[in-house]
Amino acid sequence: MIPEVGHFALILALCLALILALVPAWGAWRRNTAAMALAPGLAIGLLVFVGISFTCLSIAFLQDDFSVKVVAGNSNSLLPPIYKFSAVWGNHEGSLLLWALILCLWTSAVAVFSSQLPLLVLSRVLSVMGAVGVGFISFSLLTSNPFERLLPGAPADGNDLNPLLQDPGLIIHPPLLYMGYVGFSVAFAFAIAALLGGRLDASWARWSRPWTNVAWAFLSLGIMLGSWWAYYELGWGGWWFWDPVENASFMPWLAGTALLHSLAVTEKRGLFKSWTLLLAIFVFSLSLLGTFMVRSGVLTSVHAFATDPARGMFILLFLGVVVGGSLTLYAFRAPAVSSRVAFAWVSRETLLLLNNVFFLVATLTVLFGTLFPLIMDALGQGKYSVGPPYFNAVFVPLMALLVPFMGLGLVSRWKKDDPRRWRAELGVPAVVALACGVTFPLLGEHYNVWVALAVVLSAWLVLGLFKDFWYRVRGAATLGRGLRRITPSYWGMFMAHLGFAACVTGIVATSQYSIEHDLKMSPGDSEVLAGYEFRFIELTPVRGPNFVADEARFEVLHDGQPVASLAPQKRRYLATGSVMTEAAIDAGLFRDLYVAMGEPIGQDGAWAMRLHYKPLVRWMWLGAILMGLGGFTTALDKRYRRQRSPARVSGGEALHGA
Amino acid sequence: MGPRFKLFVPLILFVVLALFLLRGLELDPREMPSALIDNPLPEFTLPSLGQDRLISRQDVVGRVVLLNVWATWCVSCRVEHPYLHRLAERGVPIYGVNYKDDDADALRWLDELGNPYVANIVDREGTLGLDLGVYGAPETYLVDAAGVIRYRHVGVVDERIWQTVLQPLYVELTDGAVNQ
Repeated sequence: MIPEVGHFALILALCLALILALVPAWGAWRRNTAAMALAPGLAIGLLVFVGISFTCLSIAFLQDDFSVKVVAGNSNSLLPPIYKFSAVWGNHEGSLLLWALILCLWTSAVAVFSSQLPLLVLSRVLSVMGAVGVGFISFSLLTSNPFERLLPGAPADGNDLNPLLQDPGLIIHPPLLYMGYVGFSVAFAFAIAALLGGRLDASWARWSRPWTNVAWAFLSLGIMLGSWWAYYELGWGGWWFWDPVENASFMPWLAGTALLHSLAVTEKRGLFKSWTLLLAIFVFSLSLLGTFMVRSGVLTSVHAFATDPARGMFILLFLGVVVGGSLTLYAFRAPAVSSRVAFAWVSRETLLLLNNVFFLVATLTVLFGTLFPLIMDALGQGKYSVGPPYFNAVFVPLMALLVPFMGLGLVSRWKKDDPRRWRAELGVPAVVALACGVTFPLLGEHYNVWVALAVVLSAWLVLGLFKDFWYRVRGAATLGRGLRRITPSYWGMFMAHLGFAACVTGIVATSQYSIEHDLKMSPGDSEVLAGYEFRFIELTPVRGPNFVADEARFEVLHDGQPVASLAPQKRRYLATGSVMTEAAIDAGLFRDLYVAMGEPIGQDGAWAMRLHYKPLVRWMWLGAILMGLGGFTTALDKRYRRQRSPARVSGGEALHGA
Repeated sequence: MGPRFKLFVPLILFVVLALFLLRGLELDPREMPSALIDNPLPEFTLPSLGQDRLISRQDVVGRVVLLNVWATWCVSCRVEHPYLHRLAERGVPIYGVNYKDDDADALRWLDELGNPYVANIVDREGTLGLDLGVYGAPETYLVDAAGVIRYRHVGVVDERIWQTVLQPLYVELTDGAVNQ
């Protein structure tokens, strides 16, 4: 019964989404205030019905209703309840419903928090989001109904959730990622609303900035969690594989980063208007493209969903309507003449333009690498696979070139700056950064040029940040007053850039300085790695709720002092028979110690063991967390919460002309 | 052809991309080029990993075997490896093709993770891979007793793939051999 309620709620949600997509948009066109005013209510109604539907599916999972096909395929009565719940989105059908739910959350959030928006703009924005909702809800209903029953012949027990997904990190990784992906639909909807209304001044940029920043922050955290999960769950200490599915989330992030900066220029200086509109469309298109790639089976990936050509065709059609439609609108409506606002080549505008160029090139590089196998196959040129060497070879120099300009961008001025001023301002930071770069790697195991370079770049960025920060604070009478003068959006910017520096340092240091020993060990053996002695104490069988495991116990000593006790496991899940490696990690700010079990060797209890020493690996994730928190902080800025202007409905637009 | 023309460029690029994606839907990246199904396993004579001898097509054919293409640089192979052990325990003969790899690395890998293979063919230059049409590791070929390739799976072989795809074929082929 409950699954049928969920199914029915989803059908009602589709009807509401259709009304939301059509009626307020019609109202905005005909200037019918009553029709426009329906939008916020419809948005909330949509959330309620998709929410009911999602709750019903969750109940089916929690109650082990194996007559529902996705429950039977992805859950098991022995599964701990929290994983029964996360199994809801551990499969294609359920995760699509989550996608729709999150879209409705964003739509309702826009409806609730946009009291300062002119009704005309709000109704168009919500209509666009409603139209996206129509696409996804009908995708769910028509090709991937999560409530499909297996009647008669419901199995007694389910197939269990893929053991790789039975992990705390994976409970919140997909929701965060989707919050990011789907959140870019808000910037997209604002861009489309601006194009429809023809009002292309800086206001749409100001309205969509906080939403874009928050979506970007969610996506940063989502990607970070995915990388962290791969690190400890897959058991070989890797944290990024340039897998098509990873790329699918990384491309919107890269393009989203370009969008954040471009929106800043459009808001503050009224420049790059057409460009920013295009980026907003591009970022959301990449989110949709990511969905297409993951669910259509056009590319192979280690963690793609089960695929079905009908689904692929549906998303491709949807992609064609949304992206093709919005690009057509863009081609006809975007301002073709460049702004009259002028800026000198030596200015913050130029540096932000460079930022856009770098991030766009990075996005296209990843896009090209991801789609290359498909393109060659489609052209009949044979089958190819593109691996990490390509991505690293293009990506690393690109980022290395980006950072010097980042440091410069922070202290530069809008409109017109002076290279001589830069020289005076940044001479000292440059020297200090170089000095840091030269000395810092001396702390490592051995001197490494790449680490030196990364430290120079990060130090340059951090020093530039602090220099600018100091200028903003020092004018005040007291330090406290100076700090209070800093706006949330500046704090957010500060944190995000600091996070980026930490991330760069962490990635390079851990790539260059990690030590990894793979060896055969029996209980009683010990091995020294980077000054840490790993003692294999004993091997014990362990029983979990739905698995049995061999657990190795390790004591780790440094200079004779015990520093950690580690217990990696090799698990066998009972329902599927899959074997999983649970790595044991002693995390630290400056180094991780990592032990994973390989395979048993011989009969006498010896195992292949994998010991890692990973310096600064946490910096990468802490940096990403800082970036995410920075993104959230910017949205707290007061200027995004100004009261609604007196010209509420049509006044503003009538002046600007449609 | 005014300044507006350039605003159409993104749309045109998207249409081109969409056509590729449309074509992509018809292609299965995991599907093997049809020319290889039901064709004999190509001839080869290559070193045997960790042994001082050569291994050739004649050593492999004669019973139904799996030919597993792997490499130490292949992340998914590590995921697949434990499952190959289970297949080997069940008596499925598996020959490895150590594809574009370093011998020392490969031997260390087998040392650590165990060796489920009957023997390993060293395909350092990827010549056998080229003949087979390998485009990434891991790949697994099902070769019948007559030395004819009957199936190719691209990607990790796991319980699901084995149960649903390979095992039925494997059983069918082995029974056929018994009946003859």
